[in-house]
Order: sequence, then structure tokens, then C-alpha cells
Amino acid sequence: MIVCITAKGEGAEAAVEPRFGRAPYFVFADTEAGTFVSVKNELVDAAGGVGPRSAQLLVDHGATVLVTGQVGGNAATALKAAGIKVYTFGDAATVAQALEKYTQGGLSEIL
Amino acid sequence: MKIVVASGKGGTGKTTVSANLAYALAGRGGVTLVDCDVEEPNLHLFFPGEYEEEGVPVPVPAIDPERCTLCGECGHFCRYGALTVLKDRVLFFAELCHSCGGCTLVCPADAITEVGREVGVVTTSRPLPGLTLVSGVMHEGEVLAPKVVAAAKEAAGDTGRIVYDASPGVACPVIETLEGADFCILVTESTPFGLHDLDLAVRAAAALGVQAGVVINRSDGEDEAAVSFCQEHDLPVLMTIPFDREVAAVQNRGGLIARDLQGWEERFAGLWDEVARHCEVRA
Ligand code: SF4
Ligand code: SF4
Repeated sequence: MIVCITAKGEGAEAAVEPRFGRAPYFVFADTEAGTFVSVKNELVDAAGGVGPRSAQLLVDHGATVLVTGQVGGNAATALKAAGIKVYTFGDAATVAQALEKYTQGGLSEIL
Repeated sequence: MKIVVASGKGGTGKTTVSANLAYALAGRGGVTLVDCDVEEPNLHLFFPGEYEEEGVPVPVPAIDPERCTLCGECGHFCRYGALTVLKDRVLFFAELCHSCGGCTLVCPADAITEVGREVGVVTTSRPLPGLTLVSGVMHEGEVLAPKVVAAAKEAAGDTGRIVYDASPGVACPVIETLEGADFCILVTESTPFGLHDLDLAVRAAAALGVQAGVVINRSDGEDEAAVSFCQEHDLPVLMTIPFDREVAAVQNRGGLIARDLQGWEERFAGLWDEVARHCEVRA
């Protein structure tokens, strides 16, 4: 399973980022392989439509779960339609912590 | 002659100038007043009356699910995020679409056709003898203000005297309003704070090759900052509207000073003559 976590930087030790569409990085964690792939978000300064465009990025990377702080309306529609489940990272500070909390079932589903 | 009334920012009295100018011209051979402030048109408040309405459609993609192979090309192409290609279908966010037509071009499966979607309306009325009022009204939540501005300008035609009331600021709808105009009246307040915004508006007009002049509104008699700005930028001061109790009282009740106060109809007619003189000087 591929879990996407929004982050301020690259890799498992990066700090989590509460914004979805304007997160600096998307870290894709492959829970079976135990690998982390970090993708720089080219849309941080884009004018509009960042929510659905970020959702497209998640679809392209095969993510089925998103862990972030908050998502906007259009992004929510796209994520829902794509069947991607969305969770808040709660008080987790890093990508690794957020992923661990998710796998233990300690995060609340927001979408 | 086509002139634009603009201002660097909101609240400077731009609408006051357009409405009074149009009132004065209505009685002097006629005028078409065009409300290009499509996000918040308000000239109809000065000139109520019955109107005809016409929709403003823009082309948006319609995707044929039979043909679509879910290849993802359209979603990656659209820089506005209006298309998201999922595993089983393509999602379309109409209010994000800028009608660029690109997705139709890039689709390798010929699955996209363009259909019309209404983003606003243009209303036309004749509230006074000699006055035709054309208003662009953008539907709520839409983003394509320039398309509605263009439709309003087209409905107004381009013969006779035309006054376009631009939206505040210098964003895309204002550029669209300025396009093809002969002159731009920039309304400013007699405070130094407004000058930065005025500067941007002056540059926008200059970039489009539209000559400009300034009307100083709510003048307290101490307009040094505005006047020296105009001198530096080679802008004529076309008119000064004082800040006095009578003028303020008429405006506060939503009235027209050209109609309700002695002498002001002539002064606004004179503003038009002044503009005409500057246009000729250039021609
Ligand atoms: S027409 Fe342009 S803006 Fe609209 S969906 Fe297609 S690519 Fe996106
Ligand atoms: S480009 Fe055409 S075929 Fe490809 S996903 Fe879009 S609509 Fe479908």
C-alpha cells in the first residue's frame, strides 16, 4: 500500500506539513517495501487549482491513503472520487511518526 | 470615442464619475455607459429600469467516456486543475476551467468536445432618453471576468460615445476593459496614499497605448501630492471634485450631482470636452 504524507522536506525524518495542495513535498511511503519516495511539489506557488492537481499526483503515484493537515473543497472532491482515504496526522511531528501512527490505527479519518 | 473610467483601487469615486459623466452626456447627444465591473456592477443602482438579458457562454470540455482511454494527458496538461484523471473516469471542475481549449487539442483519443457554459450575463437597458446602459454581470463563483467584460463591450458596439466603467485595481478585467479604448480617466483621491495604486493604473494604460488623464475626487483643496505626481507623469488634471457637504450629501443618498446640484451637469459635460480635446491633440 502506498501512503502519501505531506511534508516540509524530503524523506522519513522530514517535518509534516499541514497544507495539502501547497505542501512543499509529498512523501510516498510503500508500507510493504518500507521505502520512501519524496516528490517536490511544483505547485506551491501556482495560482489556482492546486488541490485537484495534487490529487492527480497522488493518483499517478498509486497512493490510496493521504495523511495531511487539511484539504480544500475541490481537492476533497477529487480525492474522494479517486477512492483515496484522508487522515490527519494529529500531533505527529515527522513523516515517520505520522506513518507509524497511521499503521497502528491511531489517526482520525477526515474524509 | 471610447473612454475608460478607472482607478488604481476601490472606493475612490470611479463609479460616481462614470455615472455623472453619462448623465451629462445623455442630454447632449447620447451615450452608451458600460459597466465592466462585472464582479460588482452597480451603475444600475443610479439608473434603474427594465432590461434585456443575454447569457455569456464560454467553451468547456465534455468528455465522452466511450472514447476516453484514461491516458491522463488532459489532466497533466490543464494548468488550472480543472481535470483530474482517475482510474475509472475523468473529473471536471467547471469553475476552475479557463476555457483555453488545450485539453481538446492534446487528447489523443478525440474524446473531448467543447460545450458552452454560462459564466455570466450582459444586460441592456435604456433608463433615460439618450442613455443606453450595458452591464456585465459575472455569476457567483466564476473566474472568467475578462470574458464577461469582452461580452459587455461587444454588446455596447463601438459607435458614438462610449464610457466603460472598469473594475477597481489593475487586474485582468481592467486590462480587458482598456483594450481598444481611446482614453482613460483615472480617478484618484487627494491623499498621498492613493498614488501608488494610481501609478500602477497609469502604467497599465501606457502599456496598452491608451492615453490617460486624472480626475481628483474628494479634494480638500490641498492636492499638491496628486498634482505633482501628474506633472511628473505628464498627465493632465481634467477635473477636481471638492469634498464639500453638498456633494457628499447627494452622494450619500445615492444621487447624481450632475442631476441634483446646480452647475455640475455642465462641469461633467466639460470633462468630456476636455477628454475629446486630449484625444484630438494626439490624433
Ligand atoms: S479548456 Fe483548458 S482550462 Fe479548461 S479544462 Fe481544458 S485544459 Fe483545463
Ligand atoms: S486526454 Fe482524452 S483519452 Fe486521455 S484521459 Fe483525457 S479525455 Fe481521456
